[in-house]
Amino acid sequence: MLSYLTRRILQMIPTLAGVILLVFFLFKFFGDDPAEILGGMYARPEQIESIRNELGLNKPIPQQLWLFVEKVVTFNWGHSWATNESVAHIFSTRLPASLTIMIPILLLSVGLAIVAGMAVAYVRGSLTDRAVMVISTVALSISFLVYVIIGQYIFAFRLGWFPVQGWSDSVFTNLWKYAPLPVLIAVLVSLAPDTRLYRTFFLDEMGQDYVRTARAKGVAENTILFKHVLRNAMIPILTNIATQLPGVFVGSFLIEVFFSIPGLGREVYTAVGRSDYPVIQAATVYLAVLTMVINLITDVMYKLVDPRVVFK
Amino acid sequence: MSADASLEIAPVAVATVPALPKSPGVWSQAWTRLRRDRVGMGSLVVVVLFLVLVLLAQFGVVGGDWQREVGTPFAPPTFVGAIQDESERAVVDAPQGPNIDLSDVDPLAPRYKEWDERASRVKTAVTVKATTLPLGGDRMGRDVLSKVIKGAQVSILVGVAAAVFATFIGTLLGALAGYFGGRTDDFLEWLYNVFTAIPYILLLFALAALFKSGPLAKTLGQGVWTVVIILGIVGWTGIYRLIRAEYIKHRSREYVRAADAIGATNLSRMFVHILPNVSHVVLVQLSLYVVAFIKAEVILSFLGLGVPIDMVSWGTMLAEAQTELVLGKWWQLAAATVFMATFVTAFALLTDALRDAMDPKLR
Repeated sequence: MLSYLTRRILQMIPTLAGVILLVFFLFKFFGDDPAEILGGMYARPEQIESIRNELGLNKPIPQQLWLFVEKVVTFNWGHSWATNESVAHIFSTRLPASLTIMIPILLLSVGLAIVAGMAVAYVRGSLTDRAVMVISTVALSISFLVYVIIGQYIFAFRLGWFPVQGWSDSVFTNLWKYAPLPVLIAVLVSLAPDTRLYRTFFLDEMGQDYVRTARAKGVAENTILFKHVLRNAMIPILTNIATQLPGVFVGSFLIEVFFSIPGLGREVYTAVGRSDYPVIQAATVYLAVLTMVINLITDVMYKLVDPRVVFK
Repeated sequence: MSADASLEIAPVAVATVPALPKSPGVWSQAWTRLRRDRVGMGSLVVVVLFLVLVLLAQFGVVGGDWQREVGTPFAPPTFVGAIQDESERAVVDAPQGPNIDLSDVDPLAPRYKEWDERASRVKTAVTVKATTLPLGGDRMGRDVLSKVIKGAQVSILVGVAAAVFATFIGTLLGALAGYFGGRTDDFLEWLYNVFTAIPYILLLFALAALFKSGPLAKTLGQGVWTVVIILGIVGWTGIYRLIRAEYIKHRSREYVRAADAIGATNLSRMFVHILPNVSHVVLVQLSLYVVAFIKAEVILSFLGLGVPIDMVSWGTMLAEAQTELVLGKWWQLAAATVFMATFVTAFALLTDALRDAMDPKLR
């Protein structure tokens, strides 16, 4: 186990190096000159030159790369080019808003999908099953944008059940007042595709011999479904959750844009609009690290849910 | 069965080779299976109709004049009927009596005649603005039907082009990694790990930040090609993985070794011998990508990171529709949604049918 962990962590190093190289060279070769972005439209050449010196842009490329690596390691990305807010501060203040929205969405959508997927898989082949399949295919083909536009219009603007958009400083007010509508819309939209996906996970298990044996020896249906089948279907479910987890930290940027939630996703999106490179670079690098860590944790979790899994 | 046949034929093998019944190829078998699939054929018809529409729009037969303001602002759809709004018909009483003659004090009076003459030489065309349009009009009175057709052309072309681009990169790299193995494979696996470590939405944003405003924007222009390139670079990893696995499976098969024996080069073995045998995987992935990329293009265009502002796509229509909906003008939203949902549903169903038809073992 320990040797497995060590090896996996060591394997992360080349990938992380690759991410850093990719981000550095992408912005180096394809990005605008940072000094010109920072200097603004009316900067004099000597001003631009002094900014270049300050940022170390006149140093040779290997040295600039080293400066970039230093930024990654020390979390010191300096200040946003657009607002002069420190990048570390942007991350620490925007992340809670994203989490306030995304954690309820993740918990609700996974919980509902497990129940709904199980139910649909149990009545496989019936009219209900086929109806759910058809509805989820059609529902999936409508853009997410449409659901948010219409949901916001009907529930907030027309019916006035929720505020149209907004955010406050108190976590409780946010959860109680501003989060319900975005969470509701996101969960409803993800329900159809998730049910479809989880149905296949459960179907793979329900045809297995151990299910038939359990039925033969008279185990209650609920015990079979929620103890035997669910535990065995846990591996694909965990994998699915793991792929969604990094997104939890960026937040659903569309939801954040629509509902004016000051989260990380909206921050990165506005940074794209204002060519605010440090924010984009920092988000990309750290989210990549987070993704790798989550993947490792998921692989370890496999062992916990299924003792048959052997680490090689 | 085949053993019997070969036994009978064996003694006169040389003479009867041309007489052997030609076994149907992968593609004709798939086509036979697809034809039996009613849902698949239905969706194929819808997809082909859309593609014809796209071609017609591409060559300017339909939707070419989407920018003309042919109706009154927010002209409602014909089936709803013209606006019965009293406030727009408020009458202002015209002043009574003849105009007072000012010509003796008016310093410009001597020149009025000359100006009238000049003005009469300029032709002005008064267009009658329609009060209703088939699917309504937008804020500027442009025909939503033309817009949605033009938007279909842009969205579908971008989706298909990006899918082809991503499939091309993924297939090429996957073939190289799977066929050669060793160092090439290690390097490409590393590249794959790097690209998949970055959440795709952040990679998309990073590339959008560079391609939309960086120096590349000046060479590539603001056209739709940047969107195609961005989506292609972000999306190649999925198909790379599948093709690599297929090539690993195929590279040591007998037919490939036979090709090696008759002196086929690596390149010819990779793309002439193996590729046709894995083409069904490529095609299914390609069509999955088309659906995914059309949706991605719509979202990018909505956010203003997609097609340029002088073009229309389903995404820009949705962006306009968001503010229109608050005013109660729902038709642009409805038109874009219905068109997109129809095409994407048909394409998704066709993809399912294709997968079933191409790979009967999958079921």
